Amino acid sequence: MTEFCGLELRHPVINGSGTFDAIAARRAFGDQLLDEFPFSAFVSKTITPEPRAGNPPPRLWETPSGLLNSIGLPNKGLDGFLSRDLPELAELPVPLIVSVMGTSHDQFARLVEGAGGRDEVAALELNVSCPNVKSGLIIGESPDEARSLLQRIRPLTEKPLLVKLTPNVADPVPIAEAAVEGGADAISLINTLRAAALAPGSGERWLGGGTGGLSGSSVRAIALVQVSAVAAAVPVPVIAMGGISTGRDAAEMIGAGAKLVAVGTETFRDPAAGSRIAAELAGESPAVSA
Amino acid sequence: MTATRAPRLGERVVAPFGRRRCEVTRNLASGGYRIFSALDPAGPMPAAGQFYMLASESGWGGDGGRPYLARAFSVADAAREDGGVRLDFLVQAVGPGTSRLATLEAGEGLWIHGPLGQPFSAPSQVAEDAAGAVLIGGGIGVAPLAIWRRQLLAAGIPARVLLGFRDRPNSGGLNLFDCSEIRLASEDGHTGHRGFVTELLAVLLEGDDAGSAAVYACGPPAMLEAVRGMCAERDVGCELAMETPMACGFGACFGCAIPLKPGGYIRLCVDGPVIRGDQIETALVPGSGH
Repeated sequence: MTEFCGLELRHPVINGSGTFDAIAARRAFGDQLLDEFPFSAFVSKTITPEPRAGNPPPRLWETPSGLLNSIGLPNKGLDGFLSRDLPELAELPVPLIVSVMGTSHDQFARLVEGAGGRDEVAALELNVSCPNVKSGLIIGESPDEARSLLQRIRPLTEKPLLVKLTPNVADPVPIAEAAVEGGADAISLINTLRAAALAPGSGERWLGGGTGGLSGSSVRAIALVQVSAVAAAVPVPVIAMGGISTGRDAAEMIGAGAKLVAVGTETFRDPAAGSRIAAELAGESPAVSA
Repeated sequence: MTATRAPRLGERVVAPFGRRRCEVTRNLASGGYRIFSALDPAGPMPAAGQFYMLASESGWGGDGGRPYLARAFSVADAAREDGGVRLDFLVQAVGPGTSRLATLEAGEGLWIHGPLGQPFSAPSQVAEDAAGAVLIGGGIGVAPLAIWRRQLLAAGIPARVLLGFRDRPNSGGLNLFDCSEIRLASEDGHTGHRGFVTELLAVLLEGDDAGSAAVYACGPPAMLEAVRGMCAERDVGCELAMETPMACGFGACFGCAIPLKPGGYIRLCVDGPVIRGDQIETALVPGSGH
């Protein structure tokens, strides 16, 4: 068992937000999914206050050993999530972590109170890769923004608050430190790296959203150095993600100081990758600290 | 667990959870295409219109990191054999993924997950009075119509088949059909009607029994759009098997979104790939057909 922010987890492998839709997967794979659920906790897709349709297609582009996506956070909004998705997610055999994103402190407050007030929700993850509409600054790119958001949100819930950092900064350490000063219980990183692709022939931007986020094996080396730096700097547990596809990859992240690892793009290639990586990790010798 | 009973016509078949290794049993040239088969030791019989995510066990990743993700393929035929279910796929080598699959040799390993997605519906579900089916396919897109025709005939439902090809090298899908009662069109005139296959459909729909058939189409976006428009004009029920880039195949990545007529998007992997023609404004979706 792995202890994480007061939760007892079966193993240290969870999913990255937005990389596994447990409700859709149950349609595809039936209840065998529940019997063999690959993750020890489930992180929801990011919920916003109002419904979002997501970005126009195309949304995907394959890169060498990676995937570029521009999905645009489609979701049912807070009310739709609570009334329609939460009852189904509550049937999962693992703790539920709800990812939320707002564009103001008030929006985050509404999300954290709304989702955090439900018994089915074990913890909350703040997706801070978005601008604060008041300041115009990306919350996750500014230590002051991150600190003040946490200071506002922290008194609203007793549940663990995770902060998901963006890698699109020169140094994630001051932002992680500020989030912890504000009251964050854990830090997860990395989100995708901002990137673009050009359409063959026309040379126009391929993705309907213009730019996208890069994930997969090709970003793992970047994730490793950022995880290592943040884990050395903050006293709270770190969830490492970014291109993890094997138990060895997971062991390296844990060697770098991570408490948990999250799997994303590898799940697209192998739906049960979480279970496989957990089993491989159990057989790994500890990695040398990165 | 292998399902013991055959699915009812148009019934969605649920996939075993996770990916599994199959052995490639043959790979035959068919015009400019290849038809390869794999023996699925643990999967159910798929429904026509469903698809599998495929990746070779070795050599996936090439020498430049692509292909990276598994590739979605409609199943062209399936049959129970000793040791499992034989799955047939039609492939044209156009990119790194299809090129690797086209060179699979008997005895090689193939990772699959599936069957996935929404299959073709029975004619009575597509059009109230439909006594029979009209199947119209173009190019590589004829594949799912081959297994659909067999399943319809096994259920005693008459099916007329219209197939169109650009030229001789691109007519490799014809070998999936073992019947003589097919009406053919070719753009270069090497066989059948010189022109588009949709011209054959127009003639058929002008006939006095047009209202008594359900139309099923799979092919390039322009062909699907023509079929959709013709059926909408004449109030004929139709289903389209569509294609768009996919990363996962089971609703995890939200990458395969196509716009709906009332606005918003559906994921083609879990809400398709077979959709009703009246669900969409156009079959010309940016990014599809690549």
